[in-house]
Amino acid sequence: MSTLATPRFLQPSVRRDVAAVQVHDLTKEFRRRDRKAGRFTGRRRMPALKQVTFTVARGECVAILGQNGSGKSTLVRLLSTLLINDGGEARIFGHDAFRETRQIRKLVNRVSVEASFFKKMSAAENLSYAARFYGMPPSQTRHMIPEILERVGFPSDRRREAMENLSRGMQQKVALARALLTSPVLLLLDEPTTGLDPRSKLEVQDFIRDVRETHDATILLCTHDMAEAEALSDRVGLLDRGELLFLEPTADVKKRYGVQTLEEAFFAATGRAFEEEHDEDDEYREVFG
Amino acid sequence: MIATGVGRRATLRQELIGLGGIVERNVYLVKRYFLWDVAFMVWTIANTLTIVFIARAVHLPPARENELATKLLVGAVIWAFLGIIFEFVTETVAWERWEGTIEYTFMAPLSRTTHLFGQGAFAVLYGLIRATILFFVVAAFIGIHIPNANFGAAIALLAIASISFMGIGMMTSVLPLISPEKGAQLGFVAQGMMLAVSGVYYPVSVMPDWMQAIATISPATYALRGCRASIVDGAGLAWTNVWPLLVIAVVAIPVGLAVFMRGERYAKKHGKLKRSG
Repeated sequence: MSTLATPRFLQPSVRRDVAAVQVHDLTKEFRRRDRKAGRFTGRRRMPALKQVTFTVARGECVAILGQNGSGKSTLVRLLSTLLINDGGEARIFGHDAFRETRQIRKLVNRVSVEASFFKKMSAAENLSYAARFYGMPPSQTRHMIPEILERVGFPSDRRREAMENLSRGMQQKVALARALLTSPVLLLLDEPTTGLDPRSKLEVQDFIRDVRETHDATILLCTHDMAEAEALSDRVGLLDRGELLFLEPTADVKKRYGVQTLEEAFFAATGRAFEEEHDEDDEYREVFG
Repeated sequence: MIATGVGRRATLRQELIGLGGIVERNVYLVKRYFLWDVAFMVWTIANTLTIVFIARAVHLPPARENELATKLLVGAVIWAFLGIIFEFVTETVAWERWEGTIEYTFMAPLSRTTHLFGQGAFAVLYGLIRATILFFVVAAFIGIHIPNANFGAAIALLAIASISFMGIGMMTSVLPLISPEKGAQLGFVAQGMMLAVSGVYYPVSVMPDWMQAIATISPATYALRGCRASIVDGAGLAWTNVWPLLVIAVVAIPVGLAVFMRGERYAKKHGKLKRSG
């Protein structure tokens, strides 16, 4: 991993005396025209996160579980400076996530459910320009990009192929490479394995484990895959309709609700089955979050 | 003090590398969409020919016909040049939203100033290349004679005008942030209106007084006037055209940046960054 590390002059200063993530009473709502009320009526407030509070220690891997529209992506976007909060606060390594955005951006990177690339450009080209945004010159990325692509299991002979010709699994590997290329100390993973075939899913999960072992990164994994959350994380949180119901080691969650599985814990905490259809409000939260 | 100096140098270095990254990305895209660019170039040439041929249809003496054809050609070329700048700068948001990369660009530690200047710098370079090809292809096709043309002065004036164009482009590039569905189209409306009041194919004096008043604050007015004088009469870089362009640039760039940043904040507050449409 040392060969992939960012040079010291590009490394942001990271305080060691504070938690990686401190979120306190974080609140976010969106306004949406009320379809049921008609075209000329006002907008309805749609709470996406309701006074969420939690802390993630440096080097920890925390999974936030939740259905579609539960507020997971809103949380990730707030922590990655892509949304502005309506209340509460969030700190990343002591920096205010909404005021010290430049410092935060040096510390954080993200992998989302959509691979999000310029599709006519190749993997190498997409990684190359993305690295420039983090101040990495061509002399540095010339060697790093092939190395990191190899590390995520991306075939080197397909480096120059347009992204649109790659499978979803391959694209997601490039997304992981893009995130890791900038040596983030906080890695936000938003449904990184959703839509992947079982083999690609396992490869991505192995890679996340590998990053944890070899890289000085704190990981916040948002997923609706309970097995994935249990397998990869130190603690599991449950976000339900914008509320964080718990954030504990899996064993403690099961013990607290007296259940055998996280699915049963979800049912015990919410009164609903995890795979149950979600309502229109959840849909709004999903679209905007 | 030393630490601050080192920090500033490191930040400047990162910003310059980031600016290079924006240009690099656009070079990759032009390479990948090369055939599309060729098709667009052919369309622009055909479109320009339809305008310049008007000079032949009015049956003027050969010297006057040549002068009118040149003036129309300069108007069409500047329209095309401005179109490229507006397209690149205005589509800073729309394009990335279409590709799905917008969130990754906006969460990178690159200042918005560098981001928008990088996009503008590429647009100016790319626009100048296209405008040059367009000018000489159409001039050769129609058979325009411009022995006295001062191309150096025309290009220098266009480069100065580009700074103002970038500033106005930054203002319009905020539109897709605020309105994902209609924003990009509103950018084209702004471009069309700017050229309409600037005398793109006619002297500003033929317009109503209120339009002439607006023309005085349009950078395209001075770019068109100066470029025509340089190409037709061989005039040098005239201060009467340069200073208004500099004043407009000094105002337009900070206003453009401020408007964009305010729009960005609005989009982040209301969750409009991600939405496609």
